[in-house]
Amino acid sequence: MSFWKIFRIALEGLTLNKVRSFLTTLGVIIGVAAVIIMMAVSNGAEAEVADQINAMGANLIMIQPAMERGGVGQRTGPPPSLRYGDLAAIEQNVTGIGGVSAEQNTDREVKAGKVTLTNIPVVGTTPGFLAVREYGVAQGRFVTDEDNDKVNDAAVLGYGIAQDLFGDQDPIGQIIKIGTYKFTVVGVMAEKGAVGNTDYDNRVYVPIKVVFKRFVSSRFARDNLRVVYVSAQSKEMMASVQSQLNTLVMQILDTTPESPGFALTTQDNIIQMRTSATETFRNLLAWVAAVSLVVGGIGIMNIMLVSVTERTREIGLRQALGARPRDVQFQFLLEAVVLSLVGGLLGVAAGVGGSYLFNTLSTMRTEMVWSSIPLAFGAAAAVGIFFGYYPATKAAQLDPIEALRRE
Amino acid sequence: MTATSAAAGNPTSKLIEIKDLSKVYGAGSIAVQALRSVSATVEKGEFVAVMGASGSGKSTLMNILGCLDRPTSGDYVLDGEDVSRLSKDRLAGVRNKKIGFVFQSYNLLPRLSAVKNVMLPMLYTGHNHKSDKERYEHALATLESVGLGDRAHHKPNELSGGQQQRVAIARALVNNPSIILADEPTGNLDTRSSQDIVSLLHELHRQGATIVMVTHEMDIAENAGRVIYLQDGQIVSDQLHASHIRDAYSNADGRTA
Repeated sequence: MSFWKIFRIALEGLTLNKVRSFLTTLGVIIGVAAVIIMMAVSNGAEAEVADQINAMGANLIMIQPAMERGGVGQRTGPPPSLRYGDLAAIEQNVTGIGGVSAEQNTDREVKAGKVTLTNIPVVGTTPGFLAVREYGVAQGRFVTDEDNDKVNDAAVLGYGIAQDLFGDQDPIGQIIKIGTYKFTVVGVMAEKGAVGNTDYDNRVYVPIKVVFKRFVSSRFARDNLRVVYVSAQSKEMMASVQSQLNTLVMQILDTTPESPGFALTTQDNIIQMRTSATETFRNLLAWVAAVSLVVGGIGIMNIMLVSVTERTREIGLRQALGARPRDVQFQFLLEAVVLSLVGGLLGVAAGVGGSYLFNTLSTMRTEMVWSSIPLAFGAAAAVGIFFGYYPATKAAQLDPIEALRRE
Repeated sequence: MTATSAAAGNPTSKLIEIKDLSKVYGAGSIAVQALRSVSATVEKGEFVAVMGASGSGKSTLMNILGCLDRPTSGDYVLDGEDVSRLSKDRLAGVRNKKIGFVFQSYNLLPRLSAVKNVMLPMLYTGHNHKSDKERYEHALATLESVGLGDRAHHKPNELSGGQQQRVAIARALVNNPSIILADEPTGNLDTRSSQDIVSLLHELHRQGATIVMVTHEMDIAENAGRVIYLQDGQIVSDQLHASHIRDAYSNADGRTA
């Protein structure tokens, strides 16, 4: 008896009770959809992180003041911090670095002529920023050491800001107001776009010392650097640069390894932080997928057992007409597999649709992994075979005389 | 072809030969002896009725003759092949090719049309090179031969009882079996339909089919050329004409009642 003939018999059996068949496959549908969405979410998260790494610049190390542990009797007040002058020391004394920069941000109103933009991130930085962040200037120049030394009120506009303020006009040499201070536009950044929550084109860059002078309120903490960015020349240099930085920064801050007063953070740490949220979601989906597939499989087993009982007479008749035990077994096994594959098909549709909805309706980025479709189908078929085996074997082992006698 | 007695058979035309056939259900003190050393021969072209009270062993005998069950001991040679010790798979093959079943309750699959029901046995015939179309046409021709060509596409619930049994008979005939085993084929039918089915079986017999039929009804049994009467798992009467066993039948009824 050929495969297709038994396949047709199996389909006939299933269409007998369409609603029941559909409800039975619901578990498989959810399971398969969860597999596909899970992989899309995970893939989307990876793509997001990759984009963020590219945007931040490669092989980045951040030096930040350590969080105060705040034990009783411990020194209070701000932790020791690197200062503007220490950047040069790092640049000169650490080998294998690509660049050093510091950033001090503040949100301000930016005005040019009649155009006013509110809540614009104003980034105070150093010339090293371009190397560290692997970012470029489209027009004019970036912040220079001289700007910092002289505390020049020079501004470099993000691509989007330049468009907003000046449109087709040449922004170089124009005067803008940041807060209450006048700045001269010296450059425009290359277009970079938004990555995650950061719109790189919607920022203004100024010398970090200007931020200290004009915008930082505390007189005492003026040139304390909250974050220093150091990039290593290559991935292989990362460990070496990190250990050199450790020693050097401890010397500068005059601290001990027991209480260094600062922390080095790498991109790996950031990636872990960023992905932990999606990972939780992904793990949840993995569990949903696994549980749904098992529950779906049990549903299929259940309905197949019911079907074997309901159709005992049919089985007996087929046996009397010459069906061998393995023909009967194959028929019911195939019915279970067809059932789970139909569920798989609907599940793929639900999964692809669900991934699309997640992408458009939530902040979570999803990217379809097309290879997850055969994977999900395989899982569905495996569920059908695994959970269909017992009912099918039970059907095959029926005694034809008993089966024919059944009402 | 005329009916011949079990004793006067020509060896080459023996279709069924059972010898010392016994069947025991269960074991130990609860063992039930359903058949006790039954021996008989059926020639090709015979129309045999099997009678007996319930519990006489006729169902057990029919199951063994139909290769649905195997004897506990004894031999069963069907069409020259010893089938008493075959595996389940081999028995299924024998049922498919050599035996046509007709049941009391027709046993048609309700969701299939008449012609699809008739095609069923052909599904399980291995190594047959018939195309789907050939199978369909053969099934249709078989349905026509039992007078139901115009009902081929009706579902069983759209057919009368007599018509359903005709479909079942067509299904029994479709693989051109050596023997037709009919288990109370008229048991569920009214008198007129019964007469219809009996004349159809008669016609098949006249054309050369070998038929073994279980029945409770004397007037149905009288249509057969030979009547075997079973009691307590043994053959108590094996007569060429039904009228001869009327006495035995009524006696047995008197005893078992």
